Amino acid sequence: MALKILVTVKRVEDPESKIRVKPDGSGIVTDGVNYKMNPFDEIAVEEGLRLKEAHGGEVVVVSIGGEKSATEIRAALAMGADRGVLVRHDGPLDPVVVSAILAKVTELEKPDLILLGKQSIDDDQNQAGQYLAARLGLPQGTFASKTESLESEAEQKKVPGLKLAADGKRLEVLREIDGGLETLDLSLPAVVTVDLRLNKPRFASLPGIMKAKKKELKELQAASLGADLTPKVVVRALASPPARKGGLKVADVEELWKKLHEEAKVL
Amino acid sequence: MSNVLIIAEAFKGQVRRASLHALGAGQQLARRTGGTLHVVLLGKGIGEAAKSLAGYGATVHAADHDALAAPLAEAHAPVVAALARAIGATYVGAAATTYGKDLTPRAAALLDAAMATEVTAFAGEGATVLFRRPMWAGNVLADVELVTAVKAFTIRPTEYAQATAGAAGEVKAAAVEVPALKTRYVSFKEVKSERPELTEARVVVSGGRGTKGDFKPLEALADALGGALGASRAAVDAGWVPNDWQVGQTGKVVAPDLYVAAGISGAIQHVAGMKGSKVIVAINKDPEAPIFQIADYGLVGDLFKVLPELVAKVKAGSGH
Repeated sequence: MALKILVTVKRVEDPESKIRVKPDGSGIVTDGVNYKMNPFDEIAVEEGLRLKEAHGGEVVVVSIGGEKSATEIRAALAMGADRGVLVRHDGPLDPVVVSAILAKVTELEKPDLILLGKQSIDDDQNQAGQYLAARLGLPQGTFASKTESLESEAEQKKVPGLKLAADGKRLEVLREIDGGLETLDLSLPAVVTVDLRLNKPRFASLPGIMKAKKKELKELQAASLGADLTPKVVVRALASPPARKGGLKVADVEELWKKLHEEAKVL
Repeated sequence: MSNVLIIAEAFKGQVRRASLHALGAGQQLARRTGGTLHVVLLGKGIGEAAKSLAGYGATVHAADHDALAAPLAEAHAPVVAALARAIGATYVGAAATTYGKDLTPRAAALLDAAMATEVTAFAGEGATVLFRRPMWAGNVLADVELVTAVKAFTIRPTEYAQATAGAAGEVKAAAVEVPALKTRYVSFKEVKSERPELTEARVVVSGGRGTKGDFKPLEALADALGGALGASRAAVDAGWVPNDWQVGQTGKVVAPDLYVAAGISGAIQHVAGMKGSKVIVAINKDPEAPIFQIADYGLVGDLFKVLPELVAKVKAGSGH
């Protein structure tokens, strides 16, 4: 019954940081920008931990990037994951390259379930999980969610939103899609990408942080995995979107109505 | 020749309007590259819906099969990929709906294609199409090139006009070969609403933490204006409203004529989903709330007082 779960984490710009484009459009200004684990990946880690707590097993965290990505793996280990794999790759990461590397890691680790955030908040592509599932010929459950609110009793008790079948061979996934709620039943191994409302990630405890320092963190070199690392999505230019001019305040509903009716003519 | 394949989507026997925007994007690409335009619709009993796609100058491929009855990416992706190969498609795209976002990357992977998500414009010159798309919650617009032979994309429906009428295209039956599936479709529970679809509405009234979970004043305004209801992530996380009301980086992107943000502070992730609106109204008790910086008209006040007054004005003023 025990589940082996592979969870991906990506080091991204802190969503609270102010993101600005360099004057020449070649990249973003990184001075003063903080980095952290992609928020969707935190939810994936949390879900992995809950599944392990409910059914037994192992949570392996994998990240791809430079040596600094070890920080995000340690953060996941501090939450309770068992061990980490850092695939060192300093080149650009697009979903094609990422899924090629993850496919190789999956072949090495042979997990029952691969959990990913549905998108990373830097390039906002929302592709890696789907690519990975296609490459491996696995079923996919994207944008996994749950109907219970994040204030509910089930959430307080850290009940997994993903439901493992009694035989441990299938996983039920609820998806909030356009127009309603869809439930899929995936045969394991499977790929699941998680949406915001699946759970509220735990904070790492102090003992958790101490323990994380002693947990195994293996380094692999992307170049030695045999995956095609040539970037396929090439950013040619970055620009700031046109700024919106706002800031006008009205005194009361009377004035607001007049503005909308006579000036903006939307009512 | 760079042929274009658009993946359309049917819901309850009708083509979704978002698909017509994707087809509009397809028309742009076909004009630019000189390729032919194709559109595919997958499902069971979608014959009539497929016929409705025939008037846009595209060859329509109807993949009508029991195995495609459920909108499963695992089943639909190989059919899309096989068709793309058969017609020599260079570009494969769809609208950035949940179906499009689930399916398109899986089909792209089968075609060794790279992909751009939520594209807002086709940029660049000549044969090299650059896909303009938001990154970092819309704080950055990137022009990306896909350097694979086949290129996949989803478009943001608010950024492309619907397809214009064209020559009546032929409707063909697409070959359907679906391998044994590892996904079982358990259920679909429709969430019905009398209100217009969030991404299609002319008016959107959204609430955040400031509603304290009481959306009634917002419902009254939305109904008076024939609008849709939206929400910030805070309201969704609290379980006050369904997730598919969420407007923002990770939710829906809307661009109505009028967007009313009530009790929403204006986190950057929320603004990313609504800043394309023509007119933004913000109502918030906190005069320092960041939402006021981007609102055309800000009113500092209690939404529970302001909204009913506004509803009264609307009812008195416009004869609704």
